[in-house]
Parts: sequence; C-alpha cells; structure tokens
Amino acid sequence: MLKNSLILVLIIGFAATMYSLFASYTPKENLSGVSKHYVENGKEEVGAANLVTAIVLTYRGFDTLGEVSILFLTAAIIGFFLKVEHGDSIVNEKVKRYSEILGTGAKVLIPMMILLGVYVFVNGHLTPGGGFQGGAIIASAFVLMFIALPHHTISHKVLSVVESFSGLGYVLIGVLGVVLAAGFLDNQILSLGTFGTILSAGAIPVIYILVGLKVGTELTGIISNLKEIQNEQE
Amino acid sequence: MKNIGIEQISLAFGFIILLLGLWGTLTQKNIIKIVLSFTLFDTGLNIIIVAIGYLRNKTAPIIDSAELQKDTVNKVVDPLPQALVLTSIVIGVGVTALMLVYVLKLYKEKKSLIINDYKDLKW
Amino acid sequence: MLYIIITVVLGIVMIVMSIIAIHHKNNTLAVLSAGGVSLVASILYLLLAAPDVALTEAAIGSGLTTIIFFYVLNKIKKQNHVEE
Repeated sequence: MLKNSLILVLIIGFAATMYSLFASYTPKENLSGVSKHYVENGKEEVGAANLVTAIVLTYRGFDTLGEVSILFLTAAIIGFFLKVEHGDSIVNEKVKRYSEILGTGAKVLIPMMILLGVYVFVNGHLTPGGGFQGGAIIASAFVLMFIALPHHTISHKVLSVVESFSGLGYVLIGVLGVVLAAGFLDNQILSLGTFGTILSAGAIPVIYILVGLKVGTELTGIISNLKEIQNEQE
Repeated sequence: MKNIGIEQISLAFGFIILLLGLWGTLTQKNIIKIVLSFTLFDTGLNIIIVAIGYLRNKTAPIIDSAELQKDTVNKVVDPLPQALVLTSIVIGVGVTALMLVYVLKLYKEKKSLIINDYKDLKW
Repeated sequence: MLYIIITVVLGIVMIVMSIIAIHHKNNTLAVLSAGGVSLVASILYLLLAAPDVALTEAAIGSGLTTIIFFYVLNKIKKQNHVEE
C-alpha cells in the first residue's frame, strides 16, 4: 500500500511540473539564435537542399558519429548474447514449406524494396530521406526474405565485412576532412557543384551512402541473430 | 481560448503519452509490458521535441522551389529539433532491442515473465 | 480550423491505443497497439512540417520494433511448449 501511494505521489508531481511547463509556453514567431545562422548560411556553406541533412552531417557531425558507434555497440552485444554454435545448418531440418503465393509475391517485392532503399539514401541531400531511413527500408526487405523464403540464408561474414568497412570509411572521410579542409567531417573536400543536382554538396552523398549501408546491415544482423535462435534446441 | 494552434495541442498530447508510459513502467508486473511502456515513453518525448520547433504558417525546411531560395529565413520551420529527434529515434530502437535480449536470457533461467519472481538482487 | 480538428482526433486515437497497450492481457494485441501509436505519431509529424522525422518514425519505430517484439514472443512460446 505504501508503494502504491508513493507511485501516485510521483506521478502527480510529474504531472504538475508538466502542466506548469505547458501553461507557460508561448509559441514563437521567428527563428532566432543558432537556427537562424544555420538556415541563413546553410545554402552557401554546405550546398545541400535538405537543411536537416546539412545539420546532421556537417554542423552536428559529431553527434552522428556517436550515434553510429552506439548502434555498432548494440549490434555487437546482441550478437554476443545470442550466439549459436552451428548456426547455418539448422534451417533445413524442420522448416515446413510455406505457400506458393507468399513466396512468389516476395520474390517480386524484395528487389523493388531494396531499390527504394538505395534511392532514398542516394538522394538524401535533395529530398526528405537519408542514410537512416534508407537503411531501415533495406532491413525491412531482408526481414521479408527471412519470413517468406526461409531456405535462402545470408552468411554472417558478408554482413559483418560490409558493416565494418562502412564504419571505417566514415571515420576515414572525417579524418580526410581534417587533412584537406577546415575540420572533422567537413564536406568541402569535394567540390560543391550546382545547387539541386545529385552531384552537389561535396562529400555528403558519399557519407550518406556509407551510413545507409552500415545501418542496413546492422539491423539485418540483429534480426538474423534473433531468427537463428528460434530453431535451436534447449 | 483564442489563438490555440497545432503545436500546443500536440505538446499536450505528448505530455499525456509520456505520463502514461511512465505510469506503465512503475505499476506493471509483466516484463513485456514494462519494455512496451519504455517505447511509449520514447515516442511521447519525441513528439514534445518536434512540437517545440514548429512556427505557424511556415513550411518544411527543404529548399525545393525557386521562391524558397530567396527569403528562406522567414519561411521555414526550425530544423534543429528535427535533427536531434532523428538521432533519438534510432537510439530508442537500439535500447529496446537490447532490453528484449535481456528478457530472453532471464526467461531461460526461471521460466517466468513476472518481475516479482526475480528476487536475487533484493536484500 | 480543419487542422485543429484533425490533430485532436489523432491525439484521442493515440491515447486510446496506448491505454490498450498497457492494460490488455493478451501480449500480441498490446504489441500491435504500440506499433499503432508509432504509426499515428508519424502522421502527426507530417502535420507538424517534419517529413524526415515522419519517414524515420514510420520505418524504424513502427516497423522494426514490432518485428523484434514478435520474434521474442515467438521464442518464449516455443520454450514454453518444449517444457510441457
């Protein structure tokens, strides 16, 4: 009984704090401060049409480096916990045959989903999109392959090699920015091009291709680990 | 009641979902429900952050037509909270996946999904 | 005025789905309701002029989180059946 009343007091305290925050909020009219500098000078300094991409990859590039390393750490810990000794030979023993319609439909849909994912992260600096969204779409295509076509497997070596090289390439481009241009992850190591075409905004398309491949293979690796322990015996 | 816009209504609903997620974490006994309440907490928090950066009658921060190139400062919504929320959503899914793997390992030990059966760390 | 009505309706749908997610006894329905909250939040982000965030929330929050939950629930059910 004491625990329930303590929980109720805690929730009411939080609710009162949030109500006071909500009541004193006045909506703003104009941009001010750091955002105004980013919006005014983003077009000349970075050259990308998508301002959110310009902030995530150049102005706040260190935060993206931190996020990429957190994702890598998560995938490594999950791979360590869900280790199976003889992983690749368990699938063919007791998986029953799925229906024809599901298999044929999946074979038509999966290449198109991968193409959509690659389109989303290659055009990340012109339209809404980018590396994280494109990587999630590619991971969803591989999940469809795991569910509808269970006899096609993906080897873990290919996934981990692609993921490691993409992460290494991202850090190398950052260091190249220190050597050739103003700072870490500066995108002026390649020329800025004309505004609004694919080959513009310096090194941003290259960075987003590496980030998209890394996120896609990481999420696929997590789900492949979860799938392989489904069939192990106790 | 004058001058209520979209951002104040979204802020209110974001606060309510955050409180529901927090209450679910503290009172539920099934471990799957506790992990689900953490997901709701993350979703509510992201709604609050995006709602703060909204300015009235302005459009998305993507320069895709010629008239937006001239006077960009007065016509776009604040792009900085959106960049922060992008990172936050991806980290949220990573933390959820890690919590679920721990649930699997706990279930293998004692075969129970109720958190009152795990008393090993209580003094 | 139309946008205010749409936002209020979406907000009420989100609150009802999150209450179902916390209180329902069946684990499968609770996980599906939490995926539904993410989906409606993605529509709300589009009304708040944030298309990047809406894409990310729909792909990662609503799609991949629900799939990971279902894999874990399936494994728990299989371990239960092996026991009995």
